Amino acid sequence: MSGILNSSIGRKFAMALSALFLMVFLLQHFAINILSVFSPDTFNEVSHFMGTFWVIQYVLQPVLIFGVVFHFVMGFVLEYKNWNARQVGYAKTSRSANSTWMSRNMLLTGAVVLAFMILHFIDFWIPEINTKYIVGDTSGLIDPANTESGFRYYEELVHKFHHPLRVGAYVLSFVLLSLHLLHGFNSAFQSVGANNKYTKGLKGFSKVYAIGVPLGFVVIALFHHFTH
Amino acid sequence: MMNLTLKIWRQKDANDKGQIVDYPVSDISPDMSFLEMLDVLNQELIEKGESPVAFDHDCREGICGTCSLYINGRAHGPSTKITACQLHMRSFNDGDTIYIEPWRAKAFPVVKDLIVDRSSFDRIQQAGGFISVNTSGNTQDANAIPIEKHNADMAFDAATCIGCGACVASCKNSSAMLFVSAKVSQFALLPQGQVEATDRVLNMVKQMDDEGFGNCTNTGACEVECPKGISLENIARMNREYLAASFKG
Repeated sequence: MSGILNSSIGRKFAMALSALFLMVFLLQHFAINILSVFSPDTFNEVSHFMGTFWVIQYVLQPVLIFGVVFHFVMGFVLEYKNWNARQVGYAKTSRSANSTWMSRNMLLTGAVVLAFMILHFIDFWIPEINTKYIVGDTSGLIDPANTESGFRYYEELVHKFHHPLRVGAYVLSFVLLSLHLLHGFNSAFQSVGANNKYTKGLKGFSKVYAIGVPLGFVVIALFHHFTH
Repeated sequence: MMNLTLKIWRQKDANDKGQIVDYPVSDISPDMSFLEMLDVLNQELIEKGESPVAFDHDCREGICGTCSLYINGRAHGPSTKITACQLHMRSFNDGDTIYIEPWRAKAFPVVKDLIVDRSSFDRIQQAGGFISVNTSGNTQDANAIPIEKHNADMAFDAATCIGCGACVASCKNSSAMLFVSAKVSQFALLPQGQVEATDRVLNMVKQMDDEGFGNCTNTGACEVECPKGISLENIARMNREYLAASFKG
């Protein structure tokens, strides 16, 4: 057991576990965000619950941050080691003959998603943390002094999708995320040792997830951009 | 008959920097094998007093795993499930330019021209790719042990790996996981191999990492280019074996 993270398989296993965790997180994030299209009130209620329930704030949120940081740091570590394993390259390669573009460019697509996450943190997470834990306002209200003012979450969401440049960056990032997931979803299962009679079905599901979830986020962004 | 331009990697020895050198060849029959075409070139070079191109070859019938050419950007050339010696010149067209390079990996250093040192594979095998049996004359007949047909078939499929290194050459990460997983699997699937399964997978993976091979990112290039069609399922099996062995200790 000792030193498992020092082995190639151990590192891939850890990478896959963090990926699986992040994919579950992405799905629940999408499930909440899509509520904003159908019912602003329900979206506000659920957002307030997620933002104030201690298990989510003090247990799951730190695990999520660790998972995100671990995933991209380990991604760069693995990529560096892989570059180092071939110090003289080929004069001619035909990589598209034997592998997909997505599988060969996980670092590129991952880096774009990382850049998006930095924007996303600046847009939503840092102001949220500031409001709740620096200012000390955990009411979730537009005006903390006025209980009739209503929750602020839906208003903030709509406001963020006002500027077309931000919406464009958002759409581009989710296209890259989709490409990342088109390889990453199945790759994670392979890395944890799951390649069996269910793999074929899993590959079909992975396409639904990898295209459907990012597309859903894009639809949400465009919906709020064009309806407000 | 075909006239071709060959762009071949020439490197005097392990310390030489090396470079691509152009060689025109003419009157090449489409029925020649790729290695026979190189034989023709070498004959011409020898007659001109030049150093022939060094390349690995032995059985020339696709079972020894010795030939190791990276042809036009692909291990063993443009066709699949064959070795370079099984590649015929009819796969090319008159006037083609063909790049011929050695396997590229830190763990496969170039010895000369197109020949690389693949002893790292030998050391991985020596780390655990065997079963410890008494061979003093009292060896039990293997057929006396019942083995599920499905497992026997998968073990046989894994055992067809000829250790050529095309998996490493094709992988963008120079990962040797397809090779190692085939060797782990052929034993892990059989009762005779399960006795030493824990130590085997831990030691072989450690040796693989120590040799400087890269990490698998599941691109699947190795499976496509493997002349024996070794499946990625073997890598998943090795991952399971390794993780179980690591937790077992």
